Amino acid sequence: MPLLSDRPDGSSSNEVLLLKGIRKSFREPDGGRLPILAIDDYHVEAGEQVVIVGRSGCGKTTLLHVISGISRPDAGRVKIDGWDITVFTEAECDTFRAERIGYVFQTFNLLPGFTALENVLLAMKFGRRRPDKARGRHLLERVGLGHRMTHRPTMLSVGEQQRVAVARALANQPRLLLADEPTANVDSGNQQQVVDLLRETCREENVALLMVTHAPEVAEQFDRVDQLEQINRAVVTR
Amino acid sequence: MSLLRIAWRSIQQRALASALTAFTVGLGVALVVAVLVIHGVIDQSFRRGSQGYDLIIGAKGSPLQLVLNTVFHLSQPIETIPYTYLEEFTLGRFAPAVEVAIPVCTGHDYRGFSVVATVPDAFERLTYLDGREYAFAEGANFRSENYFDAVIGSTVAKRLRMKLGDTFTPVATVGEPGGEEGHEAFTVVGILQHTGTPNDRALFVNLEGFYRCEAHQHGASFEEKVLAGEGLESPGEPDAKPESGEMHAEHGDHDSDADEHEHAHEHDHESHRALSAILLVTDIDRQPQLAMSLPTVVNDEAVAQAVMPSRVIAELFDGIVGNVQLLLLVLAVMVVVVAGVGILVSIYNSMNDRRHEIAVIRALGARRTTVMSIILVESILLSLGGGVLGVLIGHGLTGLLAPTIAEQTGVLVSPFSFQWAELILVPGLIVLATLVGYLPALSAYRTDVAKALASTP
Repeated sequence: MPLLSDRPDGSSSNEVLLLKGIRKSFREPDGGRLPILAIDDYHVEAGEQVVIVGRSGCGKTTLLHVISGISRPDAGRVKIDGWDITVFTEAECDTFRAERIGYVFQTFNLLPGFTALENVLLAMKFGRRRPDKARGRHLLERVGLGHRMTHRPTMLSVGEQQRVAVARALANQPRLLLADEPTANVDSGNQQQVVDLLRETCREENVALLMVTHAPEVAEQFDRVDQLEQINRAVVTR
Repeated sequence: MSLLRIAWRSIQQRALASALTAFTVGLGVALVVAVLVIHGVIDQSFRRGSQGYDLIIGAKGSPLQLVLNTVFHLSQPIETIPYTYLEEFTLGRFAPAVEVAIPVCTGHDYRGFSVVATVPDAFERLTYLDGREYAFAEGANFRSENYFDAVIGSTVAKRLRMKLGDTFTPVATVGEPGGEEGHEAFTVVGILQHTGTPNDRALFVNLEGFYRCEAHQHGASFEEKVLAGEGLESPGEPDAKPESGEMHAEHGDHDSDADEHEHAHEHDHESHRALSAILLVTDIDRQPQLAMSLPTVVNDEAVAQAVMPSRVIAELFDGIVGNVQLLLLVLAVMVVVVAGVGILVSIYNSMNDRRHEIAVIRALGARRTTVMSIILVESILLSLGGGVLGVLIGHGLTGLLAPTIAEQTGVLVSPFSFQWAELILVPGLIVLATLVGYLPALSAYRTDVAKALASTP
């Protein structure tokens, strides 16, 4: 398993994500295959903030699953920080994900039995570094929840829950943060706050941000906006 | 954040279901503990009952019957041995190997409790429960010269509501027709403290007084006569059953009556007196060889048999009581296993609700083996939690039942009687929890993360 600071070739490349020849399809009830992803070449630089826009059902979440190693592509290579995670064993991929990739879900996905701080610390559990309580507290303070650390998710507002989710995603100082429609379940008042928080914290932590959304008002705030229909040929062929 | 904590949080989240599952395990474990504790205490009290002495000398016959009769005051005496045989152990050829020799006569009872005729040394030189000395809750030991004094066990005192100064007349349970006739009344001068041994359930009378009862005088002892076929032939025969008034006259002055005539009379009758058993404490420290060969020598002779009560009791216990315990233990373990299946059902049923949660943990970087471990730890925690609860309930239950058990059986059961076998419960429960947790853990292991994340939490 690579160390946290390593790149496989020892180069100082700035590329944090590279997708090459990605193919992903799902089996249909009739036995046929439904192509979901067909991405020939796609990359994100270190510290870059990118938004991918696409309509519902065009494979945005599947793309993030493939990038994070939750799902394996049928073909192609996924390189994070120069490491081709498609050649990793599943266990290696899990640890790699814990250490280098942060994930913010559309539905926050905080564990209801744990406090806000414990949710953040839980993410640190699965990497190879020791959970750092001080960092957990710092992150929660950074997202404005210093006074809510011992609160369980059910005791937090929707906006607060998403802020905990952001803190959790940054817990292991990842190289890449994936955000799957992070504003979809948040009311309009909190929407901008969540986007701002994600962008600011990623900048502060020097983490590349790749957000997928179908909300144009969110997308227009980013310098780089990619249309999934343009990078994913599977959408066109469907 | 350890796996233990993650598993504990998961249990907390389903507090009611978890508590009920653990409680079920607890009930099973409580049953196991109760069986172990009660068996252990009964085992101890069976074995302890004989620990004040090493050997029982009695008439040839069944060793088990001799032990049951002498140690546990159950069953009937086999036959008798001549009183003169006692001298072999106090003054004669076996004396060097013997530290204490206590003569005992049984075969009588009083309102369902055995009456044992013996000497004061039975409470002064013998011990019980690994060297504890007999003590009196009330009064004191009877004295040799007070022929018609008696001491009684604590259970007898409680059940028959007897107190110091009360009198009782033993009734022969074997051989002597006519009930109380021919027997003197004995006066209670001491009540033993509770010992947890069969002695709690017996009355002890002065052996000398016992012999002086008319029913036991006049030639051979009544038991001897009966066993020789004489006693049953003429139960109402005048010379075997003198006027009761004569007996009471004797009773009236027994305290001070020690004149020469009496002694001559005593010696005259000594050769006709009989004993049910002699309890021996051998001098194994100073005369090891002699002490160890004593049973063989006695058994080789025609007069009596020497029985090691601990060996007989161990055989009895392991052969009969042990099997009953095994049966109870098997049943109790089956209850625990059924409770274990309850854990399986409980966790397995919760897996559908938790699949999303497991997927989130996996998405955060947990390996399949990690989520599998979390479920196994959860199963073990529930099982051990139930186990601790069960141990508390088990001991509490024994504590609650202790007074009733003591009342009914004379066996003292302490709620704190810890049995080493209980320690097996810990690895046993861990193995059980691992087995029953395996199926839900496997289900967690196989969770399709992408699919589960797509489902609504």
